[in-house]
Parts: sequence; structure tokens; C-alpha cells
Amino acid sequence: MQTSRTRIRIRESFGDRLFLTVVYILLTAVLLIVLYPLVYIFSSSLSSPAAVSSGRVWLLPIDFSLVGYKAVLNNAQVLTGYGNSLFYVIAGTLISVTLTVILAYPLSRRSFFGRNALMIFIVFTMLFSGGLIPMYLVVKQLGMIDTRWALLIPQAIWVWQVIITRTFFQVNIPDELVEASEMDGCSDLRFLWSIVVPLSKPIIAVLVLMYAVGQWNAYFDALIYLKSQALHPLQLVLRNILILNTATGNMEASEMVKRQQMADLMKYSLIVVASLPVLIIYPFVQRYFVQGMLIGSVKG
Amino acid sequence: METVRAVQPSRKSASSRGARIRADARRSLRKHWRFYLLIIPPVLFFILFKYVPMLNAVIAFKDYNIIKGVWGSPWAGFKHFRLFFDNPVFWVLIKNTLIISLYHLVVAFPIPILLAIGLNEVRSGFFRRTVQLVTYAPYFISTVVMVSIIMLLMSPRLGIINIAMQHLGMETVNFLGDPGIFRSVYVWSDVWQTTGYSAVIYLAALAGVDPALYEAARVDGASRMQKILHVDIPGLLPAAVIILILSVGNIMAIGFEKIYLLQNPLNTGTSEIIATYVYKIGLLNANFSFATAVGLFNSVINLILLVLVNALARRISNNSLW
Repeated sequence: MQTSRTRIRIRESFGDRLFLTVVYILLTAVLLIVLYPLVYIFSSSLSSPAAVSSGRVWLLPIDFSLVGYKAVLNNAQVLTGYGNSLFYVIAGTLISVTLTVILAYPLSRRSFFGRNALMIFIVFTMLFSGGLIPMYLVVKQLGMIDTRWALLIPQAIWVWQVIITRTFFQVNIPDELVEASEMDGCSDLRFLWSIVVPLSKPIIAVLVLMYAVGQWNAYFDALIYLKSQALHPLQLVLRNILILNTATGNMEASEMVKRQQMADLMKYSLIVVASLPVLIIYPFVQRYFVQGMLIGSVKG
Repeated sequence: METVRAVQPSRKSASSRGARIRADARRSLRKHWRFYLLIIPPVLFFILFKYVPMLNAVIAFKDYNIIKGVWGSPWAGFKHFRLFFDNPVFWVLIKNTLIISLYHLVVAFPIPILLAIGLNEVRSGFFRRTVQLVTYAPYFISTVVMVSIIMLLMSPRLGIINIAMQHLGMETVNFLGDPGIFRSVYVWSDVWQTTGYSAVIYLAALAGVDPALYEAARVDGASRMQKILHVDIPGLLPAAVIILILSVGNIMAIGFEKIYLLQNPLNTGTSEIIATYVYKIGLLNANFSFATAVGLFNSVINLILLVLVNALARRISNNSLW
């Protein structure tokens, strides 16, 4: 079919057809390499503890069971982490998107005096930073250590998002619109709220998605700023369980083996539970992400 | 417009120019005073969380004392820098940081370009969309989960990679316990996670190539390979240069979170980088001044690299960040 279709258009040489075949083979290989670990983790999470521990799973679930998920969902730490992460995502995204928009819009207006100086002031922070410890001292001086604010405020604005938002406004909000509304006596704030924001749904969607995913995945700020376990986001809980392997006290050998098997299985289920929300939403919002990257790549 | 501006200062005095700027500012302030109120919170954010830390970095030149605070602590000059440079760990950290970064740059820079070129050749919309959707997805996996996946897949006891290797008659490898393999684990897992995401920029650049160029290439009888070499690659160049500059500018700031999580006592020989060292010395051992000196050294090198590469790129290819 491949050959007959191409022959109708311009006849492709043997070399070109060979080349295209190689491209298809390579891309299929890439597809499988990326997909396989994901399928493997998912299948393992749906298998029995014994099957996982003996390494019998390699593609499809063996001895289908949901005990891994039951264990995860009965784990109080995981549930607290989930709740906390949900809070950080919602509150953090709200704060970040608002701050980004109210900064980016004035920056996009040519009649806003000082916009170039302000832009340099912001972009410079991309090039140079004080470093980890000086930042920690600021958060400490502000009394944010071990409070939820530490995860919401210190990283609230990403310079890159300000740049792409400003570029979007410049390209998509025509000056004529501003002038017309000024004639009608519309104030700047009113214009921003009733005209710019509704016209900028694509970029606002991009901001919401990027900031939300960033908050959902962040763990390092929580690691350095939060001490109380009750405030820990899911990622920090995950780190304690998955990477540091904190578990088990003294018990009998058979019980130990069972525990160990359960712990192995739980890791797979936990990975799925922690990544699923983002991965499920992602195919539906992929085009916004791509759009976001493209807006960002427009030279501003 | 430009020429007018260039001529005027010679005719008019500097003071009248200043007056005009002041008048512009007053007009703008009167007209947009709401905007100036609006940007107070975000500007405050940048001052508090970006510029105050830069000022706080003076503790690198002081003997920081929690009670006396940043400005009350006694000056120490370059003591902490000298301590760092004289420390045998200095060269190990520099070497580890540079090798991992360069390895990462050499591998992770070209692969997304190749993926984009390959995807661009594919005519079937479904296949193309599927490959893109799947390769893009790992980008959304968090660092913690990513490291857990690496640990599970590469575990010497249960990891599927070792099980597969046993079936093929090979010996098991403790991937994360072997300092020689650590760099490859870090770099290639990163390629796995970010290639699809990074390719998007290049796909956009390819979509922006003038179709007339492809027509011309076809009329001239170019093969697919020649078309890639003479149309695709030049079309990608501007985007590629910018991304290369940015990556070089980040060369000292490689994935700290991931490396820190992947670290264990067996692999620290190659996995200890400047950033992980700063965290351990600074926050875990509370040696604030010394850690800040190390971090400052790192930031300065970064900035210098960025400026150098940017100048070089501007001279060679006319593409640059500024």
C-alpha cells in the first residue's frame, strides 16, 4: 500500500523508500522503549505480591489482584499527602496564575512606562541567583519555615511563564481594542478583567496546567522547608516510602517475607496512584502544552 | 524612528531629553496608575525571593552567625572560597559536575532534533500522533517517581533489566551501586523522560519552514536525505542554537533533585556534584557561609559560561539570546 500510494504522487527512488522504512522502524523502536517501562509498572501494580517478588511479571499482570492498591489507599500517610498535594496544587496555581497575569499584562503594553527596565529586572533573575542557603534564610526570616506558605509563595512566579504570557498578550490583544475601549471610558483594570482575560483562555489554560503540574511534582521545597509530617505533600511521602524505604520493625521470618513482598508491590501501586491523575488528564490537554511551548518559542 | 532618535541628542541638549522622559513617565503614571498598583505584589515577589537572596549571598564573605544575622556577622574575606579551593573535594566536585553535564549535553541535545526530523518524515497522521503522545508523556512523571522507577527497574534483585540479562546469560549488574555506570543511568533516563517534550520546539520550527523550499528541493531531484540536510537542518538551526546556549548556560546547574535522590554511599564517587554538596554542607551540617561560597562560585561560573556562549553564537550564527 505504501508503494502504490507514493507511486501515484512523485515516484520515490529505492533509496528514499529504504530511508523511510528505516525511519519507521526507528520510531517504532522509540515508541516501544518509552512505552514498555510504563506498561511494566502498570502491570506489576495489578499483580499479586508473590508474582511481583519472584519477578514473573514482564508484560501483562500475573495473578491479577488489587491488594497493592488497597494497601496504598489504606495508608494514612499517603492519604494525608494526597490531600495536602491537592491543596498545594489548587492554592498554588491560583496564586501563581494571578501573579503571572497581573505582571505580564502591564509588561505587554507599550504605553506602560518602564516596561523595558522591569523586564530586565525580571529576566536577570534567570541568569543569576543567590543560591540555596541565602534563599533558605529569606524564607526563614519571613517565618515561613514549617508552614504551608513555604510551598505556595517562594516559587510562585516562573520567569519563563511571564515571558510567554507577555508575548501572547502582545500578539493577541490588538492596540485598536485598547484604544476603542479607552474611548468608551473603560479603565485599565476593567479592560484586563473583562476583555483580556476572556480573550486569553489558551494562555491561561497553559499557565494553569504548567503551574499545577509543577506543584504536583515538587518535593524539594517541602524537603527543606517543612518539618511536620502533617503538611507533607504526596511527593515527599513517596520519597520516604519508595526511596528511603522506611518501614517494618521486628517480626517473624515468614511475616517478614510477606511484608517484604507487600512492600515491593506497594511501590508499583504507589507509582501508579501518584502519576495517574496527571497522565490521565494529559492526553486531553496535550495540545495546550504544545501550544504553550510554541507561544514560548515566538521571539518576543 | 531609530534614526530620529540617533540624531536628536546631538541637536537637543541632554537635559531636554531627560525632561521628555520625565514627562512620558508622568503621563504613563497618570494614565496607568492602576497598573503600577497591580505590579506591586509581583515586583515585591522578585525583590523578596530573588534579589534579597542575592544580597544574602554576602554571607559567603562572612562568618555567618545566626544570632547576629546576615549583616551583623563579622567579615571573613575570601576565607570560605580558599577553604573550598584548597579542599581535595574541590576537583572531584568540579570533575563530576562537568562530566555529567557535558555527557548530558552531548546526548540530550541532538536526540530530540533527530526525533523531530524523523516525525516530520512520517506521513501517517495516526502513527505520528501516537509516537508524539507516548514520548511526551514521561515528561509529566515527577522526579521522585522517576527515580523510583529507575530503582525498581534496575534493582539487582528484582529489576526487570537484570532478570532479562540473566535470561540472556549475562551477569547481574548493580547499576546504582557502580560509580562507573551512574552517569549513564542519569543521562539516559533523562533522555527517556524528556526527548518527546524537547522535540516539540523543533517540530514547530520544521512546520515553519517555507514549503517553497521543499518544492524546490523536490524539483531539483533531492533525495529524502538531501532534503533533510539542505532544508530541514538549516530550518532548525535558529531554534537549536538558542536551546544550545540555554543548555550551556545551565551546565553547572544540572538536575540536582534527581541526582540527589539517585545518590547512595556506593556511587558518591561520581554522583557528588556541587549542588548536592552545597545542600549537605549547608543545610544538613548548618555550615551556611561555606555552602554559600560554594554555591556562589557555581552561579558565577554559570553566568560566565552563558555570556561567553551567547557572544560566540552571535558571532558564528547571528542567533543569540540578546
